[in-house]
Amino acid sequence: MSEEKKVITRRDFLKTTGIATGALIGGGVIGGLVGYNTKTVNPVNPSTSNGHVMEKNPGFQFFKNNRDFQVLSNATERILPKDDLGPGAIELDVPYFIDHQLAGQYGSNTREYMHGPFAVGAPTQGYQSRLTRAEVFKQGIEKLEEEANKRFQKGFSDLEPAQMDEILTAFQKDEIAMVGVTSAFFFRLLRTATLEGAYSDPMYSGNKNMGGWKMKGFPGHQMAYMNVIESEKFQKIEPMSLGDM
Amino acid sequence: MATTLAKVDVVTVGLGWTGGIMVAELAKAGLKVIGLERGQGRSTEDYLRVHDEYRYAVRYELMQNLSKETITIRNHRKMPALPMRQLGSFLLGNGLGGSGTHWNGHTWRFLPYDFQIKTMTDQKYGPNKLSSDYLLQDWGVTYDELEPYFYKFEQTAGISGEDTNPFWGKRAHPFPTPPMKKTPILKKFEGATTKLGYTPFMLPSANLSEAYTNQDGEPINACQYCGFCERFGCEYGAKSSPEITVIPTAVKTGHYESRFNANVVEVIKSGNKVTGVRYLDTLSGEEFIQPAEVVVLASYVMNNAKLLMVSKIGQQYDPATGKGTLGKNYCYQILPGAVGFFDEQMNTFMGAGSLGMTIDDFNGDNFDHSDLDFIHGGSISITQTGSRPIETNPIQRDTPTWGAEFKKASIYNFTRTLAIGTQGASMPHKENFLSLDGNYKDAYGLPLLQMTYNFTDQDRNLYKYITSVTEGIMKEMGAKTVEGKAPITDYDIVGYQTTHNTGGTIMGSSPDNSVVNNYLQHWDAENLFVIGAGNFPHNGGYNPTGTVAALAYRSAEGIIKYSKSGGSLV
Repeated sequence: MSEEKKVITRRDFLKTTGIATGALIGGGVIGGLVGYNTKTVNPVNPSTSNGHVMEKNPGFQFFKNNRDFQVLSNATERILPKDDLGPGAIELDVPYFIDHQLAGQYGSNTREYMHGPFAVGAPTQGYQSRLTRAEVFKQGIEKLEEEANKRFQKGFSDLEPAQMDEILTAFQKDEIAMVGVTSAFFFRLLRTATLEGAYSDPMYSGNKNMGGWKMKGFPGHQMAYMNVIESEKFQKIEPMSLGDM
Repeated sequence: MATTLAKVDVVTVGLGWTGGIMVAELAKAGLKVIGLERGQGRSTEDYLRVHDEYRYAVRYELMQNLSKETITIRNHRKMPALPMRQLGSFLLGNGLGGSGTHWNGHTWRFLPYDFQIKTMTDQKYGPNKLSSDYLLQDWGVTYDELEPYFYKFEQTAGISGEDTNPFWGKRAHPFPTPPMKKTPILKKFEGATTKLGYTPFMLPSANLSEAYTNQDGEPINACQYCGFCERFGCEYGAKSSPEITVIPTAVKTGHYESRFNANVVEVIKSGNKVTGVRYLDTLSGEEFIQPAEVVVLASYVMNNAKLLMVSKIGQQYDPATGKGTLGKNYCYQILPGAVGFFDEQMNTFMGAGSLGMTIDDFNGDNFDHSDLDFIHGGSISITQTGSRPIETNPIQRDTPTWGAEFKKASIYNFTRTLAIGTQGASMPHKENFLSLDGNYKDAYGLPLLQMTYNFTDQDRNLYKYITSVTEGIMKEMGAKTVEGKAPITDYDIVGYQTTHNTGGTIMGSSPDNSVVNNYLQHWDAENLFVIGAGNFPHNGGYNPTGTVAALAYRSAEGIIKYSKSGGSLV
């Protein structure tokens, strides 16, 4: 049933509520649209008092405010957008996956060598920042928002997709100044985390309903292919998660 | 203050394949043996929920925790070395089984040419085929001398294969088990290489084609082709690993003990012998000295070299003077290949780590190098290891790496892309070596190991030549689009390449050019043995484990002899 729920985009919402006027779009509106912000991220549960799609935010482990989470959500959606093949990053719950990961050992780089002295190395020497992934994401998201305001006088989440892409491309090309890390590094991290959230086992709270695996034709956790490995035919197999074991 | 424990016959450092082989063979011979392992114990039951790409393949669950210890890296002597802060280029193992738990299971015997590479290259092409900057040397042991020990490992691990490759060394026995299943993907490679006049054969595999019980009575199950092999443990006990073979064999003897969370920080040397090791219990923080008649270093390439360096055993290699042997001849592996994009969907997500077919027509000196600007070559294979969705997003070079087009292409190609890969040989160069870092320390206060490494002209030329061979095969296989791998420039620690690091504690026929003799006995301390791919004076055109294991079996025989008579084994 969840697949049939209507996705309300920000633009739809603004249109239907009649507040899509330049004067009202700004920090105040964003701040006042907390409920709206989360429902574009994860549209479920259409029954709400005012007739709009409202969603119960399952909670943040890392993020603190909806604006940052919304920026992250929209950025991941541009990396892996919803299309005729199937869900995009938002519908797959990729932003929640990233939120959870940033709160844990991924976010705090606990299994990596984080002792100084720190120096800017050659690209062949790899990651040399003193920042943890959590710090890189936090700063990167703030920079996305800052860049949106600089270029378009709007928050990142209020931009047209092409404008978001323009900014993300600038990050990818290392054109945005960041502290202690390059914007290209942040972009790579964001891109990789998006794919990780789309295609990891659903127990990590992304890849919702195994939607990522279904699109890709990956059967997930299967005990054995012993009996079909020699088959000339392509095997379409309904995916299983570790939770289905 | 360290607590000194009761003396044993043998103490080993590390419980991967080499440590496992050692403790099994030495305990079977009646010696009292203790195996120290800095990680923890584990067994097949720990792998029941292992089909988890994110945890195991992406976040490296089974690998070394770099917050405790890593290496530093620089491409050349004038560059400041910086720590490898995250895993990437190679994956260091940890815990019982070591890399033998998360390996794919390709099990090769290096070619007869490899062991006598200097002599044979000089004979055929004259002494100046490579410049004197390349520190080519014979190994001090021949293929024929190693043949029984190769077979011994193949028996222990139940290796599945077929003896139809005309280019490898003569085998005295067939493989213990028949080859794995020949899938449609493998048949594409077989058809194309046959048509091109090469000789394809099934890759020798430690994922067993059928259930098998080895000579020590350890059962290994039949592979289920589940597609989760490299970076994972096997939930079926069907991938030969130390924890299902040599370790239980050692335990059964009654005079062997594994000791976990034991991080060795020093090999204690006195005069021309070692007396034992000093280690830290990483749970309690207590320090212990484990005295032993014989010390065996059986950890990975990096840690074996580092322990000798911090213990000041042997002379550090200095590229400026060419003096010293410790840290010398560090080599890697060169990985040419090609990707093919097909129209038809294939079962790319099924497979096994060693499910593959190979040609050796371009390995070793199996082809004429008279008009080529490099020596050696590599084994060229197609493998069907099981594509997984996070890390397999095949797109052509002109496709954007994110966004709508990326999504469409990466999903379309996921089941329509094949790759041919090469295990390319890596020749030693005077500027590629291991030493101790002066700035960075590990969690125990010891300096990190420093790696000075870059690709050489030999590597780049080999890579270019073999890449074009693999492109030709992929075209013949019917790919709609073929992309050869981009040329290599400088060695880069970021992206995964291979965990086939070699050298640094090399073997040879003289203390002037090697750290250990051909029994892997240290030239400067007769009761110290150093085992692993660190012994390779160069890296060959195959995965190293089969050769590492053969050297370990021969060394174990030497240690048993040494424990009776003492003295140098050569």
